[in-house]
Amino acid sequence: MQKINPLDHLILILGALFLIAPVVLAVMSSTHSAIAIHTGGLFLLPGSDGYETYHKVLTAKGGFTGNVTGARMLMNSMIMGVGFAVGKIVLSMMAAYALVYFRFRLATLFFWIIFTTLLLPLEVRIMPSYQVMSKLHLLNTYTGLIVPLLASATGTFYFRQFFKSVPDELLEAARIDAAGPFKFFIDILVPLSRTMIAAIFIIMFVYGWNQYLWPILMTTDESFFTLMRGIKAILQVWVGSQIPDYNEAFALAVLAMIPPVLVVVIFQRMFIKGLTESDK
Amino acid sequence: MTHTPLPITESPLSFASRLARWWRGGDAQPAKRVQFDRPLTPWVFLLPQLAVVVIFFYWPSVQAVTSSFYIEDPFGFGSTFVGLENYTEVLSNNEYRSTAGFTLFFGIVVTALSLGFGLLLAVKADKVIRGASAYKTVLISVYAIAPPVAALIGMMLFDMHIGPFTELAALFGYDLKVGVNYRDTVFALITIAVWKQIPYNFIFFLSGLQSVPVSVREAALIDARSGWRRFVDVTLPLLAPTAFFLLIINVTYALFDTFGIIDVIVKDKPANNPITLVYKVYLDGFKGNDIGSSSAQSVILMVLVTVLTVVQFRYLERRVHYG
Repeated sequence: MQKINPLDHLILILGALFLIAPVVLAVMSSTHSAIAIHTGGLFLLPGSDGYETYHKVLTAKGGFTGNVTGARMLMNSMIMGVGFAVGKIVLSMMAAYALVYFRFRLATLFFWIIFTTLLLPLEVRIMPSYQVMSKLHLLNTYTGLIVPLLASATGTFYFRQFFKSVPDELLEAARIDAAGPFKFFIDILVPLSRTMIAAIFIIMFVYGWNQYLWPILMTTDESFFTLMRGIKAILQVWVGSQIPDYNEAFALAVLAMIPPVLVVVIFQRMFIKGLTESDK
Repeated sequence: MTHTPLPITESPLSFASRLARWWRGGDAQPAKRVQFDRPLTPWVFLLPQLAVVVIFFYWPSVQAVTSSFYIEDPFGFGSTFVGLENYTEVLSNNEYRSTAGFTLFFGIVVTALSLGFGLLLAVKADKVIRGASAYKTVLISVYAIAPPVAALIGMMLFDMHIGPFTELAALFGYDLKVGVNYRDTVFALITIAVWKQIPYNFIFFLSGLQSVPVSVREAALIDARSGWRRFVDVTLPLLAPTAFFLLIINVTYALFDTFGIIDVIVKDKPANNPITLVYKVYLDGFKGNDIGSSSAQSVILMVLVTVLTVVQFRYLERRVHYG
């Protein structure tokens, strides 16, 4: 093997520092008071005001958004992340099952109807999507926050690829044992897809949690605010204040990044596998 | 993640026979040798996804195209058909053109820098044996941070009172004014967007590098003594498929996913600030209440993205030939 080159490590350390330093600064500064930050700049070491700041951000009503607490936003973000991931898995597994395991009229047409959604991201049809949601009276509802995002067929694509790689012999065996389509799906295919389901759950949870544009459009009622929406709200108050609540903004940012970062780091191996193997 | 390439099955059949096959539901190469042959059951499984797609994808998309041909009264008192007027107005608008210009510049710079840094770090991480997983963990944790959160942190780093970057620039006698000075804001936007995207490219490049067979590496080691030559002649061509895939992903990232970054930094005040085309669609639609123009801009973007995806298709086809 090659010798260890100190230059390689130097570049890696510099790169890692460049990437992680902002995060460290944010976490550490969130434990200092706003005045300390205002006079002393950002901090690389922890301070002693962390408890108060986080307590205030999580529980105080009307801190910066009127009448919603950070805990509520945390809960909404959780609903958004988990709801999106679960919805995506259920819908796309079912659709992929129909497309792979059945022979029926217009199957190819429906294949294209579903997969065309991969073409256009939500961002290009912001205004009409909003109008449709408003016509359906889905503004300020969890349904409105989650379901429209399920329209993209990424999950269906992953599961379709996976189902195609499942050996045909399984279905033949199941048919010999007289298992119907429902039984085959629930008893054989779903248990077989466990790893795939877990990988997709992680990817989709992070994706759902990190949604920004859609919650901004869908929610005006503060009780439906997610943490991402809260970040926009805190910035709107920002303008014109003497000493902005730097510490609270940092605390909010930290709350917003901890869950997805933890999930990704803990399930790193599964996450990378799911991402790189199904996305190509 | 939004843009997963689709497999293409090209067949020499005529349009009519292809249509007939569509109707029968028979595929040229069915997904499975054995399939269930029940007429109704697949619908039970397909219907939920189909309903969501039709209501939340096709309906708004069609709506975007239709409203782009109308001028809507801002108070909701009906609308007038104006043909292509919204399009000609948008395309001849100087502001729109300069926004398009900035979007192009932003897209190129962000893509080039984040691909470059991602590749550099991946190549180095692939080389080192000790500590590789630590670097990987650090990088991957940044991947999970949402663009607006990244921008909020970035905003603090570039803050005019407390920002370390501002202080650093002051040491060199430069007065960094992000949010006020156009160039400075562009610099901050690019830095944050690149920072956020490096980990994604890193993950893919690293997994691409690690799938290079050991035998190939050893052969290269014997054939080329210089590390740079090995990289250019062996590693880079093997990475080409990954790189091209990432190119498309990065372009779409720069065009669309940076919305959160721009919104946080620019804060609804585009007065003198750089914005991308997607952000303009949002501003004109929601702040300006100009639905016709916003829809026309949406349609222009849809065409743009479709072209991008077609490029992706063609590349995929080519990749199949490489085996």
